[in-house]
Amino acid sequence: MDKTIIKIEEIKREFLIGNETVRALKGISFSVTQGEFVTIMGTSGSGKSTLLNILGCLDQPTSGIYELDQVAVKNLSKNALAKLRNEKIGFIFQSYNLLPRTTAIENVELPLYYNKTVSSKERKERAENALNLVGLADRMDHTPSQLSGGQQQRVAIARAIVNDPVVILADEATGNLDTRTSYEIMALFQDLNNRGKTIAFVTHEPDIALFSNRTIVLRDGHIIKDNPVDNINIAAEALQKLPLEEEL
Amino acid sequence: MKTINLIKIAWKALQRNKTRAFLTMLGIIIGVASVIAMMAIGEGSKQSIRNQISSMGSNMLSIMPGSDFRGGVRRDNSESQSLTLTDLKALQTKSTTISYISPQVNGGGQAIFGSNNWPTSIYGVGENYTAIRKLEIASGVMFTENDIKMAAKVAVIGQTIVENLFGDGTDPVGQTIRFDRIPFKIIGVLKEKGTNTFGQDQDDIILAPYTTVQKRILASEHLRSIVASAKSEEIADEAVEELSDILRVSHNLKADDEDDFHVRSQQELISTFSSTTAILTVLLVAIASISLVVGGIGIMNIMYVSVTERTREIGLRMAIGGRGVDILMQFLVEAILISVTGGLIGVLLGIGSTLGVSTYLRWPTSVTSESIIISFLVCAITGIFFGWYPARKAAGLDPIVALRYE
Repeated sequence: MDKTIIKIEEIKREFLIGNETVRALKGISFSVTQGEFVTIMGTSGSGKSTLLNILGCLDQPTSGIYELDQVAVKNLSKNALAKLRNEKIGFIFQSYNLLPRTTAIENVELPLYYNKTVSSKERKERAENALNLVGLADRMDHTPSQLSGGQQQRVAIARAIVNDPVVILADEATGNLDTRTSYEIMALFQDLNNRGKTIAFVTHEPDIALFSNRTIVLRDGHIIKDNPVDNINIAAEALQKLPLEEEL
Repeated sequence: MKTINLIKIAWKALQRNKTRAFLTMLGIIIGVASVIAMMAIGEGSKQSIRNQISSMGSNMLSIMPGSDFRGGVRRDNSESQSLTLTDLKALQTKSTTISYISPQVNGGGQAIFGSNNWPTSIYGVGENYTAIRKLEIASGVMFTENDIKMAAKVAVIGQTIVENLFGDGTDPVGQTIRFDRIPFKIIGVLKEKGTNTFGQDQDDIILAPYTTVQKRILASEHLRSIVASAKSEEIADEAVEELSDILRVSHNLKADDEDDFHVRSQQELISTFSSTTAILTVLLVAIASISLVVGGIGIMNIMYVSVTERTREIGLRMAIGGRGVDILMQFLVEAILISVTGGLIGVLLGIGSTLGVSTYLRWPTSVTSESIIISFLVCAITGIFFGWYPARKAAGLDPIVALRYE
């Protein structure tokens, strides 16, 4: 049996805003095994951002159990959480969050700076490999302003995989991209998934969810659906079917 | 994160905003440069005073009458007549710390030669006076012990007297001038010495045997002062003690009596004048330091702006594994880099402007290594102090909030 990467049980998260307690997650349980490509869907306010923050070890649940790669996250110190994020998680954001006026390779190297065991030579090599993998071998010295949105997101993906994480967490990673570029990015995600990467992908676009192999739908802090995807779309094929730009 | 990487990252961050970084540094640059220049000017004037006083004879000791307190009446020092030839004899025979000693009496009057006349002072001194005051004979000779015994009417004159009485180029040696109707035969001329620190013309001087001046001009037995030279500069203080002890015995002073004389070494004079310039230096440096503080506040302000601007970057760095301390160090190193780079430029500018001041204004200056080290250290501390709060603010951000910051 494959290794369990994410295991959450009865997770609750409550915020105290003024005198009112807002319950963003009302007891959620699921687990993700190695090699899964899970999309987490839900409308805004459904609690998916809160869930992602908890999965990303940026936030702690009010109650419940969260184990990431067999490590119990609860009660870890801030610094221990930072170490966990550095070694086990790759983040991808909707707005890329690349450092401006910093070259692609430097952006990709960034997580490795926070890992003292990686030498500067190894850091460079790994960043180059990651950029190769996302197809930007010839753009290493370009700054974000010299790259298109899709290319910027590829740099961000390279940055997310450079530390060889156990799970990639993507937050609306295609939200700022047009359909064609979205599909290109999804093809890249599928490629990474085929290479064995576990991916948790938050989105509100149903067509994007079809590229994954499992969909979890949240509403009002509960899981209302957790199904495997029957007919997984192959992004590379979907891309073929899209009308070419000239025809538009 | 490794220190070298921290410095690299901070340096790159500054490179991205070159103009801003330079303007922020400017406060520090001006502060450090002015501190160094002010200290150099202060130190320079201190040294020049010291040199001038030393040129008067660094191991010279002077004994003045003073603090004569009799019958409840305090008298002006110049009127007191507590120094006598007996004291001189006592000092000559008993002291072991001095090499030369000479009495000094002086009086003012008009020196006349032919149709020229000049108001000046006559100094009645001993034959060792030139050795004590570091005066040199340009031509002719100094009078001798024998001249003193005889109360001979001979004189050695300074260059100002030569200029004013022998303007036509006559060789003064062998000529006879009159001072207060007394004729003096000139047997020697002193080398030029120039003006001293206090603006006194050291060449406007006539030296004559003290016996002659006492008897023929002042008609007084008392001495205006006694000058002596300690065997070396190091034992000057010891000599002051010894001379005081001898004089107390000579004056029959009881243990609780006040001294009725003053013995001063040049060292005391130096420290008196040095302390005046020291106060001035402190003032100048205080003003310069204010600009350093203002520069520091500039750094703090810019670092706050920078933290706000880069909130998302901070959020990202935290998300990918940056700990609070990493973020803190990143911004702190940036602040220190600004202040230290500014400090370096300031040191160079300070040295440069000091050179300018000494070249064009001909002010005495002296850049001390300690002023450079101190202002540089102050810079680094300024960076840490004013960089700390913005860096703390950055490190305390919540990554979730920071990542979504618009």
